[in-house]
Amino acid sequence: MSAISEKELSDYRNEAAAWFAENTIADPGFMLPLTFMEVGTDQQFEFLREWQNKVYEAGYLGAAWPKAYGGGGLDQKFQTIATEEMAKANGPIMLNAIGLNWAGPLILDMGTEEERNRYIKGILSAEDIWCQGFSEPENGSDLGNAQTKAVRDGDDWVLNGSKIWTTQGNYAKYMILLARTNPDAPNKYAGLSFFLSPMHVDGVETVPIRKLTGEYGFTQTFFTDARIPGDCLMGEEGEGWRVAMRTLEYERGVRGGQPGGYVMRASDPFEIVELARKATRGGKPALEDPVIKDQLIQLMIEARALQLNSKRGHIQPLVQDKPASLALSSKLMATEFMRRLNEFAITLQGQRGAYYVGEPDAYDKGLWQRAYLNSFSATIGGGTSQIQRNIIGEHVLGLPKS
Amino acid sequence: MTKRATIGFSEEQAQLLDVATTFCRDKSPIEKVRSLLEDERGYDEAIWSEMAELGWLAIAVPEEFGGIGLGMAEVVPVVEQMGRTMMAGPFVSTTLAAQAILLAGTDGQKQKHLADLCAGTKATLALSEPHGDWDLGHVECAAERTGDTLKLSGRKTFVENAETADLLLVSVSLDGAPALVVVERSALPEGALRREVVIDETRRSYQVTFDGVEVSTDGLLDPALTSAALTHVDLCASLLLSAEMCGAAASCIDYTVDYLQTRKQFGKKIGSYQALKHPIVDAHVGYEQARSHLYCAAFNFTQQGEGEVATRIAKAQAGDALSFAADRAIQFHGGFGFTHDCDAQLYRRRSLWCENQHGDAAYQRAKLADLLLQ
Ligand SMILES: Cc1cc2nc3c(=O)[nH]c(=O)nc-3n(C[C@H](O)[C@H](O)[C@H](O)COP(=O)(O)OP(=O)(O)OC[C@H]3O[C@@H](n4cnc5c(N)ncnc54)[C@H](O)[C@@H]3O)c2cc1C
Ligand SMILES: Cc1cc2nc3c(=O)[nH]c(=O)nc-3n(C[C@H](O)[C@H](O)[C@H](O)COP(=O)(O)OP(=O)(O)OC[C@H]3O[C@@H](n4cnc5c(N)ncnc54)[C@H](O)[C@@H]3O)c2cc1C
Repeated sequence: MSAISEKELSDYRNEAAAWFAENTIADPGFMLPLTFMEVGTDQQFEFLREWQNKVYEAGYLGAAWPKAYGGGGLDQKFQTIATEEMAKANGPIMLNAIGLNWAGPLILDMGTEEERNRYIKGILSAEDIWCQGFSEPENGSDLGNAQTKAVRDGDDWVLNGSKIWTTQGNYAKYMILLARTNPDAPNKYAGLSFFLSPMHVDGVETVPIRKLTGEYGFTQTFFTDARIPGDCLMGEEGEGWRVAMRTLEYERGVRGGQPGGYVMRASDPFEIVELARKATRGGKPALEDPVIKDQLIQLMIEARALQLNSKRGHIQPLVQDKPASLALSSKLMATEFMRRLNEFAITLQGQRGAYYVGEPDAYDKGLWQRAYLNSFSATIGGGTSQIQRNIIGEHVLGLPKS
Repeated sequence: MTKRATIGFSEEQAQLLDVATTFCRDKSPIEKVRSLLEDERGYDEAIWSEMAELGWLAIAVPEEFGGIGLGMAEVVPVVEQMGRTMMAGPFVSTTLAAQAILLAGTDGQKQKHLADLCAGTKATLALSEPHGDWDLGHVECAAERTGDTLKLSGRKTFVENAETADLLLVSVSLDGAPALVVVERSALPEGALRREVVIDETRRSYQVTFDGVEVSTDGLLDPALTSAALTHVDLCASLLLSAEMCGAAASCIDYTVDYLQTRKQFGKKIGSYQALKHPIVDAHVGYEQARSHLYCAAFNFTQQGEGEVATRIAKAQAGDALSFAADRAIQFHGGFGFTHDCDAQLYRRRSLWCENQHGDAAYQRAKLADLLLQ
């Protein structure tokens, strides 16, 4: 492959910047979700689906995925640039997060030619929304204990059981599904298989779950003798745990091949500075209180660390001691940071911190309060912070299993 | 502060990181550091000479003065690795004195001192005073001018390696404003030095009494540049202290993790208990953040405004990261952690020294608030 010139990259950056400047809709007139786990209304869904498709059509999503399956066939550097420009323009999040970031890379990586041809383009264009059927009511953190059953019947598989906390389950056309195909396997991990399973079949029902914010966002999925075709099995029967672990490597960002875009919007400590100017303490702007100043600076320092960590992650001599460290730590750091940032924004408001969305006297329409409650989506979803600490302790520091 | 922080890493930084890692590990392992705890000098002359030969003292000095012509960014990986093995000695103080002379020295002073400093002449800083203020502009030590002579008076504290240094860079109040003067160690009378008892036993710190010391006005740095030089030295020192603390945090965590992987209680390795595993992960994550800030500060060091912000952040974060890691290191070693034999105390003592030189984390954040929250 011929080397890419600086000029090519900077031209591309200029084009992308211009495109996002022109096409980004800052305020659609209703609240947009901060993360892909908060899509609660059809209005939000349609808006974000259209946006993703538009970004894809313009070439700024999946730019580095193979052309044969609907990608742009460019070097990953171009996608990185496009994503940076998208962030600078404050573009909305990419809706089809599970398709784009877990299922898509997994299919490109481990899937058959047939699977790639069938699924990749729909993932990029947001035509086919994907969800993830890992967690169950009894088994969340203990994923290997999943009990939803898949039984072979002729050419088909028949599913029974229930998955829960399924993000976008009500919108999804496909689910990446971990199910038990052999209850008598020598250990719990050996009896699992992995499916790329259609959602729109008889016997699959999704029920919305109301979140702590009062909105909707995820679902419980029930399988009652749901029949799916035999070719939905991904990999070999009984290999589900291995495939699921690979999926988690994408989810945790330790494997590359991401199509770009972003699925969570970071709140900006600079916005809190504005809030600290408005909110008062002792008749003066809260921003003049030395304790508040100190806390604000600490948060700014952390926000910067998150940006810098991801940049340092690309400088090989500075990560060679523990290569997986920054990637594995970033989810823990970023999600816990967001939670504390939003919490701080509420305490800053003093008594008015007790207002909520809908109250006309609330600062910033009560959005900090909503953002704080929502921030737990990310400290729990995709593996809780406690599980993430176990993973870092065991895989980065080499500590014995808990 | 720009909203998007930047970081970069030069080929020279990479090479120095590599060489310094091996050098410090081989020449200054922890047994060596311990063997020097009781030593009056506190460091090994032979290692010092080797470092001089490697050119490390010349890194941030321009070629025209006998240096290599790189910058503070390239000193950072070296000091980080020294911090990692807790090596002590006059490397940082000599580097900082050279920086001051480079910035505010007269041509004559530059010609006279810089090549020597690059070659291994040792220097130290006499900037702190008993009042303990971190503001280097707060100077009570005085100098009076008579003809070509300066008569000094007052006391300086925390003058590292004063006993073995050849040159001292001293701040004094002259005609009502701070001034910097280079004093030869040989100009100090008998009894001018008193070794201080300090918490970091790897370091040698002295109080210097300047009463009655007379030096030539040739030693005065350019008065017009004094204030800039003090600021520059303050930031260079903060940057290198951050590097030292980051290195120490990395090895403190490694050291503790080793223990957690081997020590058994209740039939299990104690590292399997989440009461220990989760905090050590938090320490590690804190260290990773500090290291990113460190290399951001190194990369931006010469950028107007941005360099100061990044450096103060680095100092605050590195201090917090090392303190937390070292505090937990003591606790997680149980009864052994309470002993002098356990290295955990070396890390904790060092963190208390480093944090409290040139402003602790809260001080840095207060400065940052002034810079960022207008
Ligand atoms: C907004 C949101 C969206 C989600 N989307 C999806 C999705 O699309 N698909 C999907 O499959 N799942 C999804 N999940 C589920 C998520 O992966 C699980 O909630 C999560 O893994 C935790 O499992 P649990 O809820 O059963 O909690 P539990 O596992 O019961 O955990 C309860 C508490 O115990 C702690 N805990 C558990 N085990 C350990 C341990 N070994 N060590 C220390 N602490 C432990 C946890 O940290 C937690 O604090 C989503 C969750 C949320 C909140
Ligand atoms: C100043 C001092 C005086 C003492 N005096 C006496 C005395 O007079 N007589 C006497 O008999 N003893 C004495 N001790 C010993 C003291 O009781 C032990 O040090 C203490 O019980 C811890 O045991 P350990 O040192 O073996 O540490 P370990 O048991 O090896 O513990 C190492 C680390 O692992 C942690 N840890 C261990 N097990 C678990 C677990 N299950 N869950 C979570 N964390 C765990 C500990 O908290 C510690 O942080 C003294 C200790 C000190 C420091």
